[in-house]
Amino acid sequence: MSKVHVSTSINGDAVEFLCEPHQSLLEVLREDLNMTGTKEGCATGDCGACSVLVNGRLVCSCLMLGVEAEGVELTTIEGIAGEGGLHVLQQKFLEHAALQCGICTPGFIVAAKALLDKNPDPDETTIRYWLAGNLCRCTGYDKIVRAVQDAAQELAYEA
Amino acid sequence: MAEAVDLKAIGTRPIRPDGIDKVTGRAAFGADLNLPGMLYGKVLRSPHAHARIKSVDLSCALEADGVLAAISGADLPNESPSDLAKNVLARDKVLYHGHAVAAVAAKTLAQADAAIDLIDVEYEVLPPVLSIDEAIADGATLVNESQHTNGDTSKPASNVAATTMFERGDVDAGFAEADVIVESEHRVPTAHQGYIEPHACTATANEDGKSTVWCCTQGHFEVRSLTAQVLGEPVGNIKVIPSEIGGGFGGKTIIYLEPLAVKMSQISGRPVKMMMSREEVFRATGPTSATWCKVKVGAKNDGTITAATAWLAYEAGAFPGAPVGPGCMSVLAPYDLANFRIEGNDILVNKPKVCAYRAPGAPQSMHAMECAIDELARKLEMDPIDLRMKNAAGEGTQAPYGPTFPPVGLKECLEAARKHPNWTSPVPEGAGRGLAVGFWFNIGMQSSAEVRIAEDGMVTVMEGNPDIGGSRAGMALMAAETLGVPYEQIKAHVGDTEATGFCNVTGGSRTTFATGMAVIQACEDIIAQCKQRAALTWDLDEDQVDWVDGEAVPKPGVNADVKPLSLGDIARGAGRTGGPLLGRASLNAQGAGASFSVNLMDAKVDKETGKVDVLSFTAIQDAGRAIHPSYVEGQMQGGAAQGIGWALNEEYIYDAEGVMENAGFLDYRVPVASDLPMIDTEIIEVPNPSHPYGVRGVGETPIVAPLAAASNAVRDQLGFRIDDLPLSPPRVLEAIDAQG
Repeated sequence: MSKVHVSTSINGDAVEFLCEPHQSLLEVLREDLNMTGTKEGCATGDCGACSVLVNGRLVCSCLMLGVEAEGVELTTIEGIAGEGGLHVLQQKFLEHAALQCGICTPGFIVAAKALLDKNPDPDETTIRYWLAGNLCRCTGYDKIVRAVQDAAQELAYEA
Repeated sequence: MAEAVDLKAIGTRPIRPDGIDKVTGRAAFGADLNLPGMLYGKVLRSPHAHARIKSVDLSCALEADGVLAAISGADLPNESPSDLAKNVLARDKVLYHGHAVAAVAAKTLAQADAAIDLIDVEYEVLPPVLSIDEAIADGATLVNESQHTNGDTSKPASNVAATTMFERGDVDAGFAEADVIVESEHRVPTAHQGYIEPHACTATANEDGKSTVWCCTQGHFEVRSLTAQVLGEPVGNIKVIPSEIGGGFGGKTIIYLEPLAVKMSQISGRPVKMMMSREEVFRATGPTSATWCKVKVGAKNDGTITAATAWLAYEAGAFPGAPVGPGCMSVLAPYDLANFRIEGNDILVNKPKVCAYRAPGAPQSMHAMECAIDELARKLEMDPIDLRMKNAAGEGTQAPYGPTFPPVGLKECLEAARKHPNWTSPVPEGAGRGLAVGFWFNIGMQSSAEVRIAEDGMVTVMEGNPDIGGSRAGMALMAAETLGVPYEQIKAHVGDTEATGFCNVTGGSRTTFATGMAVIQACEDIIAQCKQRAALTWDLDEDQVDWVDGEAVPKPGVNADVKPLSLGDIARGAGRTGGPLLGRASLNAQGAGASFSVNLMDAKVDKETGKVDVLSFTAIQDAGRAIHPSYVEGQMQGGAAQGIGWALNEEYIYDAEGVMENAGFLDYRVPVASDLPMIDTEIIEVPNPSHPYGVRGVGETPIVAPLAAASNAVRDQLGFRIDDLPLSPPRVLEAIDAQG
């Protein structure tokens, strides 16, 4: 089977790659493009470790084919920090000790960014349900939820 | 023990050294290493829970597109292979569904996946042994025909691999004295650690016979020795670089893929990367034991416990080694008892070889006993905290497993629980409240550390324990405290097997305690050297120099007109005073202090659906001394979440052939954010006299008490007890229906 040529945008950079039609976007990112910040925890859409934004929408990159990246704008964890330094969410995860092993952290930060982009003032229940697609086995979620709450407050203050 | 006065660094909450890498995606985990020319390895796994392997034919796989290596058990050393070696790759028998049988390495993942389907294995299928009841029944099929209980070959072969007994006093007389006796039995099914990162490694074998393994592990020195053992090679042939580790909870203290990757790299001359799928993690890595515990406890009307017994049977899986010993050690550890008998049984079944899971063995046995203690309090019409206080272990109590406790914090935790709003507030309408005690003995073992001072005074701490939850921050804080310099001046690193001295595995809650102690001693070595260098510089005697707040100063009363010398000052001039500053320490740490906890939980059962909602949860635990309180709280919260998941939902579900039916996160459902409330924590600090700053391990105790706290909360609401776990909707509904 011949490979497919894909033109896409990743974190604002124009990117072209060749991939097999069966390859997931996650596999392309990690194994072919060496963008290993996006993690694989299950490859079945159950853990959220591979969360990316596709045209701003939260997606499990293990459930999307590489070829489907044609013409879209992708944001991965590597693109969350900007020229001004860490994103507020990243800073708050650090300050709140909202990670232990850190394998789920990229997915949580991408998912939380999608939430705050859509709803700048979520209550605790909204945060918990929005993040219910992201598994963390270390923290019990307490400090993650607090980090997101604090980030929302800070973003509101900055706005 | 150093007095806890004026601690400057310890107890603060700075940002962890590896934090930025982890929030930006830069941190490299087990599956994150890609090398030029790298192959992908995949494992062929048994489709049967129990079968004899008649033949394995790799020839078609070897001819497939892109395949450069294929191996079976015949390719590994076969002179009396260890259980571990047989678990890594089956030899004559497969012992569980998912047992590794062969492996291939190919140029692409797809080619490797396709090639394992071309391996031809002929099996003679045998009946599987799938439960403790089946395993111990008369005439049971044997998982291992040459397994005799405790190695006693004068008795017939048995699925009971080992039995163990702890006994003291006169149990019969104790029960005769009792006014009230409670007796119950409890079953807990298999549960998995559920770390989010699947096992992964990349191995590169060089032409000189030396290999390098990059992998996610809790102990790279153990990976080195175990990989060498399975391959029949000298330990010195193998270098292991620990990646960042995406959770382990005990499950990454053993090896699965590493020898296969090394072997196939040796054959192909290429680097080989292997990554388990989530399904493989569930089917083929060690979960913890399914258990069956029978407990009995008797007390006088005033609450004095007069006798207790526990009979524990733990599934080991396919090879001996269930954590029933620690289950026995823990089951009665909270209580000061004159009469008890504890029996443990290690039982072979055709399921994956179990592996450590956070306080291995303690949650199951203590669930049983803490349920019984709760019932005892009800029968005695006594407050459950009063009952526990009356019998609580404290300083001077001889633990059931032998040693006498130095100061321990159980009574302090119980007193804190008594005052906590989660205990003093009214139970929410229609809900129930549960309380339970948790315990883990903690371990010490071997550690080493080096402290190096750069020419500008920056401090590098090098140690060998993979950082699974912020331990580098803890090491840096202890180094900052000891040296008297700011936290920001310290860089803490985890070195590979050739960059740092030996450290035992990150497990047993030993890292902050034992490796922390090595770091402290290595810093003290630096201080001694700095005092010597300052004395030389100032032409004073060594004993005329002090180390105060990160600087060498003349001792009070010493007549010397000199300016204090900082670490940087001394390091810059080190060439004139003896060369670079390098501090070292190695030790076999003794006196790991036991950590007790008390958990409180309010829960509400939906009687229509059987679903249990957690309304509030409080974890109170003795940490000895919290080095970085946020990460201590994090351990307590994370352990609580795992324990709640175990109590309420998690279980391996098997079909009649021994095939796990829920081998994925969709059906093996661990708690998600919307399942849990905020988890309140209260850190108790009863310093451990065996650690310079009073540290006790904190990582494991948190998972122990939630199981019984949940059972006791549900009992409180429903008015009757459900003995077994998990308290999942089907089980709870069935129990409610059975009550009519």
